[in-house]
Formats: sequence, C-alpha cells, structure tokens
Amino acid sequence: MRFERREHRPLYMMVLAPLLAIVAALALAGILIAIAGAPVLEAYWRILMGAFGSRLSATETLTRATPLILTGLAAAVAFRARLWNIGAEGQFYFGAIAVAAFGSKLLASLPAPILIPLLLVIGAIAGMVLILIPLWLRLRFSVDEVVTSLILNFIAVLFVSMLIDGVLKDPTAFGWPQSQAVVDHAMLPKLIARSRLHIGFAIAIALAALVYFIQSRTVFGMQSRAAGLNPSGAVFAGVRLGSTLVKVACLSGGLAGLAGAIEVLGVKGYVTTDLSPGFGYAGIVVAMLANLNPLGVVLAAIFTAMMFVGADGMSRSLGIPTYIADVTVALSLLTMLIALFLTQYRIRR
Amino acid sequence: MNTPVLTIEGVSKRFGNTVANDNISLKLAKGEIVALLGENGAGKTTLMSILFGHYVPDAGRILVDGAELPRGKPRAAIRAGVGMVHQHFSLAPNLTVLENVMTGTETLWSPRSQTGAARRKLMAIAERFGLKVDPDARLGDLSVGEQQRVEILKALYNDARILILDEPTAVLTQIEAERLFATLKEMAAQGLSLIFISHKLDEVMATADRIVVLRGGKVEAERRATETNKAELAELMVGHRVTRPTREASTPGEIALEARDITVKIGDVERLKKISFRLRAGEILGIIGVSGNGQAALGQILSGTLARTAGELLLFGEPIDNPDVAEIIGAGIGRIPEDRNRDGAIGEMAIWENAVLERLPSFSKHGLVDRRAGMAFAQEIIDTFDVRGGNPASRTRLLSGGNMQKLILGRNLHERPRVLVAAQPARGLDEGAVAAVHGRILEARRQGTAVLLISEDLDEVIALADRIQAIVGGKLSAPIDADEANARALGLMMAGEWKSGSEAGHAV
Repeated sequence: MRFERREHRPLYMMVLAPLLAIVAALALAGILIAIAGAPVLEAYWRILMGAFGSRLSATETLTRATPLILTGLAAAVAFRARLWNIGAEGQFYFGAIAVAAFGSKLLASLPAPILIPLLLVIGAIAGMVLILIPLWLRLRFSVDEVVTSLILNFIAVLFVSMLIDGVLKDPTAFGWPQSQAVVDHAMLPKLIARSRLHIGFAIAIALAALVYFIQSRTVFGMQSRAAGLNPSGAVFAGVRLGSTLVKVACLSGGLAGLAGAIEVLGVKGYVTTDLSPGFGYAGIVVAMLANLNPLGVVLAAIFTAMMFVGADGMSRSLGIPTYIADVTVALSLLTMLIALFLTQYRIRR
Repeated sequence: MNTPVLTIEGVSKRFGNTVANDNISLKLAKGEIVALLGENGAGKTTLMSILFGHYVPDAGRILVDGAELPRGKPRAAIRAGVGMVHQHFSLAPNLTVLENVMTGTETLWSPRSQTGAARRKLMAIAERFGLKVDPDARLGDLSVGEQQRVEILKALYNDARILILDEPTAVLTQIEAERLFATLKEMAAQGLSLIFISHKLDEVMATADRIVVLRGGKVEAERRATETNKAELAELMVGHRVTRPTREASTPGEIALEARDITVKIGDVERLKKISFRLRAGEILGIIGVSGNGQAALGQILSGTLARTAGELLLFGEPIDNPDVAEIIGAGIGRIPEDRNRDGAIGEMAIWENAVLERLPSFSKHGLVDRRAGMAFAQEIIDTFDVRGGNPASRTRLLSGGNMQKLILGRNLHERPRVLVAAQPARGLDEGAVAAVHGRILEARRQGTAVLLISEDLDEVIALADRIQAIVGGKLSAPIDADEANARALGLMMAGEWKSGSEAGHAV
C-alpha cells in the first residue's frame, strides 16, 4: 500500500470529508458506548436532545460555543501563518482578568455604551500582550514558540490565581479565591431573554466572518498565507516576515483575550481559576476540525459544544460517564486529520 | 551484443488519464552505459521506479540475467543486483558515511553491528572504483558531490551490478559532474552496467555508449553515441526541431546599473569582495562561475533581500540605498531567482496569486487585493508567455518547471523592466523550455532592458551575453567581450585565472 498525492481536490470531497469524519468518529465512540452497556443510537439521540432539544439547552449550547469560536479563530489565524500559538488558554485568562480589573473599579463609572466596547478592547489587548512574549523570543532568538507559548499558559493561570487571591480578591466571596465582579451595567446584553445566551455569540460570528474576509481578500491575509506556506518565497516576494508575524500574533492573541473578556462579561461576571474548562486548548481542536477555515470554526465550535453540553444530559439518563464527550471530540479530531490526509493523497495498492 | 544483464519488456504504466509509460522495451548489456534521454515528463523516472520496484507496472516485465523480477518489490531488485542513485538522495544527514552505507543491510535482530567487516568492504569498494570518502565523516558535513559518491557507494556495497542514476548531474557543479562521468566510465570498464537518466545532451553524448530517447512515455528512438549528434537527439527528444536562440548584434545604450566596490559580509564571511560592474541598457552581462562563489549574494542584493556592507549601487546614475523588494520592483528591476521552487513561487497558492504577490501595491486598493485584476493579469501572462498546464485559479505547484519559469519571467517582463536580474534562468529546464526562456530574455534585450545573467552554464552565457565577467571566491574578473569568449577562456576565468591588475573591472 502506498500513497500518491492528488493533483486535484474536487469541491465535493472538501465538503464531504469533514462530515464523513464526524460520522466515523461517532461510530467509533459508539463502540465504547456499547461496551458501557447502553444503546448507542439512544445515547446519541439523548446527546442531540440534551444539546438542542429545548430552548434552554439550545441557548446553553450556543453560550458554550461562543468562547470556542473565538479561541478556535485564534488558533486558526495563527496556524495559517505557521505561527504555533498554543497559548490561547493563557491569553484567555489574561483577557478575563484584565476585564475584571478594569470593569469592577477603575472604569466602572463609565456608561455602558462606552464601557462595554472599551472593556472588550482591553481584553483583546491583554491577550496580545501575552502572545508578544513568545513571539519576541522567536523573532529575536529563534526560540520555538510551541514550547514558550505553552508553558506561558501555566504562568498566566498562576499569575491570575495570585491576583484573585490578592489585590483583586472579592472580599464578599467568603474566602473563595475569586475576583471582584464587574459592575452590572458592564455585563453584555442578552441575545435571547431568560437565557444565558448573550450578544457575545453574535460578536463571535461576526468576527469569524471578518477573519474570513481578512484572510481571503486583504493584502495582509494574502501575505500572511504566503509567509505560512513558503517563508523564503514570501521574503523574495517582498513580504516582511517579522511584521507580518507580529500582526498575525496580535490578531490571534487578541481573539483569545477577547474570548476571556466575553466569557466574563457575558456569563460569569467575575474570574475564578476554573473559568475556562480548557477553552484555549479546545480552540486548537476546533481550528483543526475546521481545517483552519474561519467559517468552519463556527460549525466545529458548535459541534464541540454540542457534544459537551449534550453529554451531560445523556450521562444523567443512561449512566454513561460524560467523558464520552471528550472521547468523541478527540476521535473526531483524529478522523478529521485522516480525512484531510485522504483529500490530499489517494491510496494505491 | 552478448546476453543482456537487464531486459525491460513491454512495460506500461498509467496514472489516471496520463500514460506515463507506453509499452517500453529496453536491453542493457554487461559493461554498457545506456542513457535514457527525454524531456521532463517523458516517463524516464517512472520507468526507473518500475524497474526498481517502487511502482507496479500495469503491463510488462523486467528480467535480470534472464530471471523475472517480482513486481513492486524494491528488496528483490536490490537482491538481484539493481542499485539506484536517486536525484534527491535517500541518505540521513545525521549519520556517518559508514552508517549510511550499512543502513538496511543488516537484520534488526542481529545482536551486534558488524562494523569492522563493513568498513573493510566499503574501503575495498572505494579503492576499486576510485571513490574516495572518509567513512567516519558525518554525511551532513559533505558537499553535494561527495554525498552523491556515498549514494553510489551504498548501491555498490549492496553488490549492485546494474546501477541506475536518476539525473545525477542535476545537483552537481560542472567539475563534480566531469569527475562523476570519469567514475561511471571506470565502473563500466570494470563490468558494471549503467543506466543514467538525463535531459542534457552534452553529458549524454560524452558518457553513454547507447542512447534511448523517450518521448510522451514511448521509446522514440535508439542510437549509438558514435552514430548520432546533439542536433538529432534534440530533435528526437522534443519532437520537432529546436534551436536555442542566440543574440544578434546590437548597440547598447546608456549605463543602466552600476556596482562600485560592493562588499557583502554575512557573519564573518565576505561573500562579495569589492565587486564592480557596469551594465548598459539593451545589453546582457553574463556573470559566470561555479555555484557557491558569491552568486547567491549578488542575486540577493539586486533582489532587495540582502543589504550590502559597503560599496555603491547606481541605477541610471542615481545612487540607491539598500532597497527592499518593493523599492527594487518600483524602480523597474525584474528578478528571476536561482531557485524557483524555493523563492520564485509559492506552490500551494494559485497562479494568479503568484503573479501579483510581489507587486501587490499595484493590485490592491485600501489594503484589499483586487482579485479580478490579478486574475486578468495572470491570464495575460499565460497567453503572452505560453504558460501551459494551468489557469489563473489553479495551484502553481501543478506547473512543470519550465512553465513555472515562464510565469516568473512573465510577471517580470510584462511590465517592461529597465533591468532584469536573471539567476540561473534555465537551470533544470528541458530543451524546449530553455529555448523559450532564452528567447524571452533576448527579446527583453532587444527592447532595451539591461540584463544581468548569473549562470554557471557556459553554453547559455556564450549564446546570450554581450560581455562576460567571472565570479570566483566573491571576486569579479574584468569583463571580456563575448566575441573573444570560448569554452577554454571561460574555463580559465571560472578557475580564477585572470590578471589581477584589472580586477576592479571598470573597463567597458
């Protein structure tokens, strides 16, 4: 058996591949469900119902998808330019804590129409600041940003932990390490009344469209793609690698920081160290599932959120651990990578 | 002919709709060198991959010493005495020469590596064929020519009696190539049989006993080297008469580009040492030299990707600072990079994107790329410069080398540049594409473009250049007129034999 590179990739294949990958992942996870002694189809039905079966569950799923869309975009824009930003988790927390700091006291007196956009910008800037550290190390000393951005996550979370147990600690939280809450009028308006779904979801979708537009239509998008695909060819064509990477990094870090800011302003109102159940890392999975396509990121994020939210309900009624959601998402990543490989190569005897 | 050691009988292979090999038959005698001549895409490499078991043929069979080889089994081919020297070496740069040679020859289960015996065998082979190597040198530290020697030794170490070389000179300098041919002849004299794949007429004529010409996957003709000539082979290979164009007399205009004592230092190494030249409008100045003597640095400073350490650069009398790429292009300097796959194009991007990438300011407004104008520009290049094998939206990687080069030429020449810096413009191209590229460069000259031609191909420089300077060790010789140039004189210049008094080279 050997692989031959495909010269042409028909459109139907590019559309079909992700769908088949998800079907294959569900089938594989089904084996585990069967081993656990539950009816497979019913389990998946309950996941679907748990995620979209009611107004409440559907809004809950989309609320959960919101930070995933943003961290997914953060990974997708960076990876396109071959900037391996694994630090979205830390950037998420930086965005979150910055918003909590400025939104609880310093700027709290501003009216909402000024305060909310300002806080979102501050959150994005906080994410950018954090990513500039590994970027500077790479540009100046050629240090691999995979390692530096990854370990910076732990530093960032510990730093946040220090703040919320110190200067930013909420005195009314009965001693829990939790930041002061942002003022009420800083919270994002709801998208749908009597639910948790906030306009952050709409912002995330709009940003996905914007990122798509930037990548496909702008000079910067074309140059960053060139820099990712063939750095020395890009340099020959006059692309400044350094400044292109700085812009890409700012976009990526900004999106991840914004994810944290929106999560605080949209849902929690304050920061704890379990604000993110790994949104930064899950964003990498989402980006890969979407084949780094910004519009695909929206779908991949909703799929991932669906698995996690739906698995809760399924678990309660069938007694299967919610870990099946993690397993399914992980399996779908693997099957997606295989499917993408097969769109590029065909198998020969 | 005595009994053939190798027989290829009626081999066919198709990939999708393309027929790569169509009923090819071929015989190879002991001690014989057969050249497989053909343009890129004629099916040479496919045929050799089938012979070596990398591909399974759709039809036909291969016999070594009268015994049929099982299909698609490289190991069986090695055991039968077939050795392959790949165009892109299959060696590990982090291992030593000896380790590389031994890789794959021992079973994984043997408790200890038989290094001593292997070293003796390797040295004996090296001695016998005059292939000097240091068995303990790390492969990555060797020059390309030496690495190829290791690849040959590896095949011989596996007791190869039939050696297949896939475009062995593609990566070698002229001198290394000549050394290789001497080695090949020596090996044939000692009873080995060789097939070497090439599209270069000179080396085929100089080395092979017999020449098999492939075209479009079929055997087009077979000739004894003594009974043919380059013109006939070129015609057989391309399918029609090809003549490389040569320059006609002309009167050059004003000085377009002048370099004064330019020095480039990278790290502690001086890549260029006080080089000077004058290039006039409507003239081609050939910079000849063996690769690695500073051509890359020269090409880069004129392409805007490298800053010079000292010296002056004047464009039509105006001094220019260290310009970046945009300024170079804005000043009307066209650039053809020496490595078109690495620098000249981004394979995964569309043809139209590669057409406009280096001149985005002209194809964008308010930071938005004007896709429609880019597509139109690409279509115009495709039409005017006869780029085949793609449309503006298809991926550039799918173009053949010659067509990719036409695209690169097209995006530069379309704007009628005042100066064209062409580094190794015909490297690796087949005969038809070489003629096309040379024709375009000469046409640019006719239209008044000043062309700096950086090349290591003597024929190319003699055919195109009005004046020639040699580059050796980062220094530039004084120019000589093309009329005084011949292979011998240029050979001496490339070896660094010139009067040092006129080194500054201001004479025009």
